[in-house]
Amino acid sequence: MGQALNLSKDLSLASGVRQAKLWYLQRISAMVLGICVAIHLAIIFYAIRGGLTAGEILGRTQGNWLFAIFYEIFVLACFIHAPIGLANILQEHFPQSKLSIFCAWLLASLILILGSAAVWGLVVGGPK
Amino acid sequence: MSDQALKVKVWRGGEAGEFVEYSVPRNPNQTVLDVVTYIQRKLDPTLSYRFACRVGMCGSCAMTVNGKARWTCRTHVAHIVEGDSLEIAPLNNLPVIKDLATDMREFFTKWTDARGFFTGDKTRFDDFATVVPDSPERQLANAGIECIGCGVCYASCDVVALRPAYLGPAALNRAWTLVNDVRDTAQLERLRAVAGDAGCHVCHTQGECSERCPKALEPTAGIAGLKKLVGRAAMKGSQWGKL
Repeated sequence: MGQALNLSKDLSLASGVRQAKLWYLQRISAMVLGICVAIHLAIIFYAIRGGLTAGEILGRTQGNWLFAIFYEIFVLACFIHAPIGLANILQEHFPQSKLSIFCAWLLASLILILGSAAVWGLVVGGPK
Repeated sequence: MSDQALKVKVWRGGEAGEFVEYSVPRNPNQTVLDVVTYIQRKLDPTLSYRFACRVGMCGSCAMTVNGKARWTCRTHVAHIVEGDSLEIAPLNNLPVIKDLATDMREFFTKWTDARGFFTGDKTRFDDFATVVPDSPERQLANAGIECIGCGVCYASCDVVALRPAYLGPAALNRAWTLVNDVRDTAQLERLRAVAGDAGCHVCHTQGECSERCPKALEPTAGIAGLKKLVGRAAMKGSQWGKL
């Protein structure tokens, strides 16, 4: 009985520390996102100066690994930040369900896969 | 001041109950606690409520007045009366014992759960500890130290209403003052106690506790300090070790 109590206390402590880590990761990723969004907006303003076509965009992005690294960092920051926030909201409104964990992982997977695919497509892919 | 008598609706009963209306004469400088006391002494001696010092020190007379949690001994009727009506109910987020008296056990148990008590390593044979009055830690502790434990912040907090396990602003404010007490020797245990979704990290930073605190403390600021400290301690460690 005593052991079971200790174990449940340990688990709840681990959970508290885990939540503290998630909170920290969400804040750090928010800082990265802030910088990324600012740079992204600046790139948009720069990119639309001479018109905006798919050809022009791909012309700038294909083979540009600096661009790839920047946008992959952007994707990774979203991958960390958004699912934690979604899980917190769901956990608060549906405390008894596992919905939050499922939805968070689903969103995380979508962001990582679709985001990385988009970056790959812009740098490596495009019309032949 | 209007000379009309006050129409005072007072919660009667336990969790289930109803508002009962009383007519109370108005007086200059009348406080809400004066109104409740008048009802009990002159109109209905079965009315239950809690008070002690009547001067804003003990923190026992808090109630919900016109929808907001307030310390009733220092709340003047003239400042909050709507027309000639007052509605007085027990504090939110706490079980009602009877009428205006709530069961505060859960509230104070959470102070203990947040390790809101001092742990030292000195005995009476040791010399006094030296705490520099203008050191940053002492200044941070000072900012939250005047809490009287009235429960107004706890009753006003939406997160407490949403998540009953949440320690609440008062317990976390106390933990923050102790985190900044350089004499305390149980800091890692305290950081563990306040970590996570039952602790500081679930706070929405909405600031209702700071807005309503009758002592003008800012539990929100203390909780923000705990969030940073505990988050860093979990990831990178702290001056007391890693969580």
